[in-house]
Amino acid sequence: MNSGQLFNLTTIAYFAAMVLFFAYIATKNNKVALMATLTSLVGFLIQTTALGLRWYESYQILGQDGRAPMTNLYESVVFFAWSILLIYLLMDWKYKQRTIGAFVLPIALFSMLWAQMSLHAGIDPLVPALQSNWLTYHVITCFLGYAGFAFAFGVSIMYLIKIGKEEKHQGDKPMGEVLGLFPPTKVLDDMNYKAIMIGFPLLTLGIITGAAWAYYAWGTYWSWDPKETWSLIVWFLYAAFLHARFTRGWVGRRAAWLSVIGFAATLFCYLGVNLVLSGLHSYGS
Amino acid sequence: MAETKKTLTDSLWDFLCSLKLAIILVLLLALTSIIGTIILQNGSAADYIREYGQANYELFKKLQFIDMYHSTWFIGILALFSVNLICCSIKNFPRAWKFVREPTLVASPGIFKGSANRAEFSCNGSKQQVAEQISTLLTKEFAKTTLSEKDGKLYLFAQKGIYSRFGAYITHLSILIIMAGAIIGNVWGYKAYVNIVEGSSVDQVLTRNGTETIDLGFTVRCDDFDVSYYPNSNRPKDYTSDLVILENGQEIIHKRIEVNDPLTYKGIKFYQSSYGSAGSAFFKVKVTDNKTGETIEVKAHQGKHVQLPGGYSFAVTNFTENDRNFGPAMQLYVNTPDGKNGAPFVVWQNHPQLDVKRGGIFNFVLLGFEQPQYTGLQVTKDPGVNVVWAGCFLIVFGSLTAFFFSHKRIWVSLEENGEKTKVLIAGNAHRNQPGFSLAFDDLQQKIEASAKNESQKKEG
Ligand code: HEM
Repeated sequence: MNSGQLFNLTTIAYFAAMVLFFAYIATKNNKVALMATLTSLVGFLIQTTALGLRWYESYQILGQDGRAPMTNLYESVVFFAWSILLIYLLMDWKYKQRTIGAFVLPIALFSMLWAQMSLHAGIDPLVPALQSNWLTYHVITCFLGYAGFAFAFGVSIMYLIKIGKEEKHQGDKPMGEVLGLFPPTKVLDDMNYKAIMIGFPLLTLGIITGAAWAYYAWGTYWSWDPKETWSLIVWFLYAAFLHARFTRGWVGRRAAWLSVIGFAATLFCYLGVNLVLSGLHSYGS
Repeated sequence: MAETKKTLTDSLWDFLCSLKLAIILVLLLALTSIIGTIILQNGSAADYIREYGQANYELFKKLQFIDMYHSTWFIGILALFSVNLICCSIKNFPRAWKFVREPTLVASPGIFKGSANRAEFSCNGSKQQVAEQISTLLTKEFAKTTLSEKDGKLYLFAQKGIYSRFGAYITHLSILIIMAGAIIGNVWGYKAYVNIVEGSSVDQVLTRNGTETIDLGFTVRCDDFDVSYYPNSNRPKDYTSDLVILENGQEIIHKRIEVNDPLTYKGIKFYQSSYGSAGSAFFKVKVTDNKTGETIEVKAHQGKHVQLPGGYSFAVTNFTENDRNFGPAMQLYVNTPDGKNGAPFVVWQNHPQLDVKRGGIFNFVLLGFEQPQYTGLQVTKDPGVNVVWAGCFLIVFGSLTAFFFSHKRIWVSLEENGEKTKVLIAGNAHRNQPGFSLAFDDLQQKIEASAKNESQKKEG
């Protein structure tokens, strides 16, 4: 068994979990929900093992030049999926709102599918600039932060769907079949905020560790290259979110939209900059 | 007149303090920052003209898009942002500080009525007894209590996590600290580079925009530059330079720098950044004078005469990496003092004893063939960087404090009512109310149980 096979198993598990979450929404059967959550947990554990194994394999292939599996686009996409599951499972444990899985798991699943099907998965030795512990700290903090934002995005979409229907909905009849299962809009709104509260300090740390790394590699902690600038843009957006919410009462629909825009900017920072713009971070090339 | 002036400053102050301005500025910074990620920064005129045409280039120049992060307007937004941050903090800080200076020791009836978390019960015993009982429990389970008396009632107050009121201020302050550190670095530091040919030294560097030379105040010598490769691969593993710092001819520091591991001396850092070949290749040759037995080591460039003792000289005329499977070899001839060319002969690097057999006036050993290289170093001095790191540490600390801790307060009032004492409890947290509600319910039950239990014991 090698890590690539385990990552394939992970992908299958996330796919199964997603289908189960959809099935839960369709059937409203709590047993299905529990199975869905357990399947995601199993997928997460397999992926954790796979990450550990890939780390170990890097030492087998590269000898003393082995390193944590967070150094190229493939590894970062896989780690992104892992981070999303981590945040998701923690939030599930705290809030026990099973429907959310249907909106968060797909993000992890698409990441895994993309990584497994079309990204270069080889364990190559690192060019000198990437040989730094700061790289590891940088990737871990950034991607946990991104995962927080991904979760916030998922619940914001749920919020927007639900609030849209709720406002059209008239009378005292109970809500539609599916939407009745969604957490109350107030809870969704609160979870959006909570997830951003987790993501924001992590992104802050991610930017700082990136700056520290740049300082040790190139002598400047900030050079306004597109990647750095976009991470700052994302940071500004979520700072605006926090202040608008905290002091100007931007809750609910506006907060959800800000969260959606924030996540779009996050994705652009992560992928768009590499695929569309160019800069120091030549991960994608 | 005086009145309108006052309202003018007042409204200016309100504008500068306002959160609306803060949000607009933060969003504006986010939006405008995009420009510099799309349009090439600090390129040459030709780059822009090729990409966007002359007219657009002129426009970009006017709008300062060429170096937008240092443009007047961008710095202007940042400056206004800082002023906003400072004013807002000055305005709001006293409110937060009041929680420290004047804690609400005696809760008003409004607190007991209006609080989301409250409880009420009666138990036996005097108010002093009950107060002591509750105080002990609160101190153990929550926080130290303060007892006060007012209008014949006793009041207890306990609080936790007051510092979290300051998380936002610490965060804001650290943003200013980071900006200050960046300014210090820009004003009193520099970014420069220098190329040093192996074996040579420099005491000046050139700023990165190429306009200025800077005296280091000491000398840097590069003894050796090396590229190492991964085994069985042409992928570079590391670039290293052996650097020596010299002051007044004394060697002060010797360090092999590599990518991600610079050398620092007197606040100036030297980073490995590039390399290249410098000048023509040369042969390292050991020459022995067979009469005196004296040996010297010389560097010989192909085709150039090299002086030898006694007026003789020699020149290398040819070189091959592999001569008939004997390995690297050079061809050379020796000139006599009166300028006559001797017959050419061959010296093999791997077989030095063969030249001893030749038995000339001099005996030659080829030590090696070298291509001199230069190491490219980035040289920076940034006296503000530690200020920036301090700000970074504080910003993480501050935002964690602001987000994940809350100021929790509990008030108790005790009023004697005949034999019994009526107890009112209220609690408040400035964030994460749901979490606090659970904790409060738990605490309140413990208080009630303990107070009633105790009074029963007394009776019994
Ligand atoms: C991008 C820059 C900024 C960051 C990262 C930042 C960060 C924070 C954080 C983490 C909090 C605590 C939020 C909470 O409790 O939910 C906060 C609160 C606050 N911020 Fe900012 N802030 C920034 C810019 C500003 C600016 C420019 C102003 C100026 C008006 C401002 C005004 C406030 C106010 C009034 C609060 C509430 C303070 C309180 O709890 O009493 N912030 N900020």
